[in-house]
This record gives sequence, C-alpha cells and structure tokens, in this order.
Amino acid sequence: MTDPSPVLRKGTGQDDGVASAGHRGAARSRSGERLAQWMFIAPAAAYLLLFFGYPILRNAVMSFQEYTTTTFYTGSAPFVGLRNYSEVLSSDLFSTTVATTVLFTAGSIVGQFALGLAFALFFQRRFPLGGLLRSLLLLPWLLPLVVSGTTWKWMLDPDTGVVNAALRGLHLSSSGVPWLTGPSQALGSVILVNIWVGIPFNTAILYSGLRNIPAHLYEAAELDGAGPVASFRHITWPLLRPQVGVVLVLGVVYTLKVLDIILVVTGGGPANATDTIATQAYALSFQQFEFGRGAALSNVLLVISLTSALVYLRAVQRARNV
Amino acid sequence: MKRAPGRGRSSTVIGLILLAVMLFPVYWTVNASLQPAGNTLHGGWFPAHPDLSGYVTALHDQGGNLVTSLVVSLGSVVLSLGLAAPAAHALAHFPLRGINLVLFGILIAQMVPSIAVANALYGAYQDLGLLDSYAGLVLADSTAGVPFAIIIMRSFMRSIPREIIDAARLDGAGRLRVFRSVVLPMSTNALITAAVFTFLFTWSDFLFALTLTTTDTVRPITLGIYQYLGAHTNQWNAVMATSVMASVPAAVLLVVAQRRVI
Repeated sequence: MTDPSPVLRKGTGQDDGVASAGHRGAARSRSGERLAQWMFIAPAAAYLLLFFGYPILRNAVMSFQEYTTTTFYTGSAPFVGLRNYSEVLSSDLFSTTVATTVLFTAGSIVGQFALGLAFALFFQRRFPLGGLLRSLLLLPWLLPLVVSGTTWKWMLDPDTGVVNAALRGLHLSSSGVPWLTGPSQALGSVILVNIWVGIPFNTAILYSGLRNIPAHLYEAAELDGAGPVASFRHITWPLLRPQVGVVLVLGVVYTLKVLDIILVVTGGGPANATDTIATQAYALSFQQFEFGRGAALSNVLLVISLTSALVYLRAVQRARNV
Repeated sequence: MKRAPGRGRSSTVIGLILLAVMLFPVYWTVNASLQPAGNTLHGGWFPAHPDLSGYVTALHDQGGNLVTSLVVSLGSVVLSLGLAAPAAHALAHFPLRGINLVLFGILIAQMVPSIAVANALYGAYQDLGLLDSYAGLVLADSTAGVPFAIIIMRSFMRSIPREIIDAARLDGAGRLRVFRSVVLPMSTNALITAAVFTFLFTWSDFLFALTLTTTDTVRPITLGIYQYLGAHTNQWNAVMATSVMASVPAAVLLVVAQRRVI
C-alpha cells in the first residue's frame, strides 16, 4: 500500500469538497493504521530502551561521576571529569588485564574455531549414529556456564583433580601440573574450558554451512583430479566464508563478556593472572563498590565489543556490494 | 553419497571416541555426584556403589534455589514471548518505515556486555526496590531472551505467505485477531524454540543473579552453586549433585530438540 500520487491528491483536493473530506479521512485512517501497527512493536521497543538504552546512557554519565557506596546513602555523585578513566586506564592492572583479555579471547577463538571446524568436517561424512552423536555434542554448549566451570574446576584441582591423577598414573608428571594455581597455567585452564564450551556452537553453525555447499561441486573437483586439500581450499573455504564470519564475530563478542567461567574456575587469580576487562569491571563495581570506575571500564568493554561487531557488519556489506 | 559400509562403521567408532572425550566432564560430574561424601578421589572411575547422599544434601541445601530458578525462568519466558511475538509479527509483516533501525537496535543489543547493563541497573534497582526481587531478575534476565526471540520468530514468520494474512484481513478480521488466530498458531514451532532457549538463557544466568541480589531471599541455582563452591569444597558429591540437577533443563532441551525443534 503506497501513497496515492501527488497529482491525484492535488486534483481532488482543490474543488471537490466531498472527495477532499474522504481523502482526509483516508489519511487519518492511514496514520491510525500506522499507529496500530507500531503498537505491536511498542512494548518490546520500550523494554529494549529501558534495559539496553538506559543502562548505556546511565553508564556513560556514571563514568564521569564519583559514584560509590556513599552515593547510595547521600544521593550525591559529584562529577569528576575524566578522573575515573584516567585512574582505570593508567593503573598497572589495566595493561595486564588487556593483555589477558586479548590472550583469553584469541586463544579461545582459535581453539574453538579450529576444533569446531574439524568436528563439522568430520560430521559431514555420513555414518551410522552420525546425527545422534552430532546433537549430543551440543550438550557442553547448553549447560549453564557455572556448571561447566564447577566441573572443570574440580577436574583440574591440582591435588584431587582427575586430570593430574591421570597424568600421575601415566607417569607423565610426578608432581602434577598447577592448573589453577600457576599464573600461566591458570590462564591456559580458563581458555581450555572456554574452548570446550565453544566447540559445539562452532560445529553447529559451520556444519549447517557445509550442508549448503552443493555436492556436485565436489564431484566435479574430484573428476578434475583435485585432492581433499585442494577441494577444501577452493570449494569448502570460500563457500563457508559467511558462516566463518558469523562464528568468529559472535565468538569474539561472547568471549569478551565471559565472566561466569573465570569467576568460578579461578576467580580471576592467582594474583590477577586470569582477570579480564569484564571480571575487572565486575570487581571494581561489585567488590570495591567503585561504580564510577566500574562504569568507565564497562564502557571500554562496550566500545571494544561494538567496534568488532561493526567492523564485521561493514565487511559483510562490502562483500555483498562487490 | 554412498560409502562403503566398512568406512561408515569406522567413522562411527571415531565419532564415539570423540564424543566420549568431549562429554567426559559431564560423565565425571554425574560419577562424582554418586560418590559418598568426602574430598578425595577414593570414589574411582565408576559409581560402583551409587550413593545418593550427595543428592539428599543438595536437595536440602539447594532445593529452594532450584524452585527460584524455575520461577524466574518461567517468568522470563512469559515476558520475553509476550514482548517479542507481537514485535516479530510487526517486523515481519508490516511495511513500516524505521524497521531497519529497530532491527539494527536489536542486533546491537545482543552485543552489549551484561556487566555494563548490570552496572547501571544496580543503582536503578536500588532506587526502585527491585534488588532481591523476582520481578527484578525476570526483567534483567530477559535481556538475553527478548532480542533472541524477536529475531528467531521474525525470521520464521516471514515464511508465512502474505496471502493468508491478507485474506484474513479481507474477511474482516482485526489486526489483533489476525495475530492471535492466524500468525501465532502458524508459528508454534518458532514459539517453542524461542521459549526453550529463553528458558535456558535465564536458567543459566549467573551475572544478574550475582549482582542484583544481595541476600538469599531470591537466589537462583547458579548462584547457589557458586556459593556452595566457596563454602563446601569438602562435599564435592553435593556440589556435583547440584550441578547435575542444574543441568536437567539442558538435557531435556537436547532430547526435545532431537525430536522436533532443530
């Protein structure tokens, strides 16, 4: 339903009173119609504005305020300019936190993508029980992260955990690996847990992409004498690009905001070795009750997340336009 | 594509091994939950003599938290679908200007880290008296469900032929009636998918439970496990029994999904 042409509108509006009234009525019912249509969206839009729009604005304001526990009693949160940002960004902890966040994100993404792709390629074969095994593989992704973290924390416990028990039993390590107590081992451990959680998602999305690649392309390549490596390089990889983009971007955005796993498995320790920007923002606001500084750090995280998402959207758009 | 049966069977064997490795932590949780109380590894690799004392302790300590999680999750499903279903219908079928902006907003909303939302909500909840309340958790937890449900349902509703909706309109059905009697019944599968995932998102929520509750009046199971970890590390069987019970919705979803949704 499009607007009537302006010529028609002009012609009826001048001298024909009846038609003019009818037209005004139509315009009113059209705007009434539009209003009725927007009413379907209004509740959800209001919710999204209250629970995403408002927090973003409030954080933006809070990050320039001295907002602490006393604020809750006195109600005053004096503006302090850029002090929260300068304190947060110049602290010694910030540079190690950023490094940890980068390592945690990169390690998780590389691991879960590589293994997820390997699983997806494996399940592309048809074999008895394949479908069942593929859906059972989803389980680690569906479990609450707190449950997964708890399980791994217990398995990786240096003294009583099954992993070290197995290593000792196989005589691979006499003293055991300090999975949760050594700084670099602890970071490796939380990356390992996050990879375990992320594999099923990567497998599911990449598998659906593989299914959409026409089989005759492979048959043609095989006739042309292409081996598995060549057909992966020239058929699978190029045609899988959209799904690869989706899993990588969602993986990054999701990994940047992971708190559950780190808080449960290591609590950010030992000595901040597994503290990321997200866990540090949590600690600032909800353990030290420095909400202003927590807001500043949350905003840093928000900007990083949105930037990576926008970079991706731009890339998709450019790819579509070419 | 046809394969030699021998090759298919060897793939099955490899698949079983891969799955066994991937799901070992789940097995280990169940195994541990069936061991007698204690801090050590004496239990062994199999629960040869299954001991339910872990579950007894867990139910005693955490039963109420399971109920809390159930209530909050169901509340979040109702709220999310109630908000998302009409919006998805409008975004799928109405030729409104500004729809792209709304869709972009929904996309961006999914990228916002929950800690940023929690940071701002804490102060607001304090003022509104929503800390330590069911309503507060349901509202905050639905931040995962609402955008997700809109996207899932919209993409499904777009496949409903326009002619069906137009025909119902021509028959004199009002906007609400078309939505209720035509669009919703045709979208049952999408509604179920959205409901199941929304339930799971809220059931798994940890951050909002951690930040928006300060007492134990409203404590979901995820927070219960976290606090258990701090206090009861000598009762791993109870911790693991709680973990197993907290995993039931995920397991149920997997069975349901296997049958119909995905």
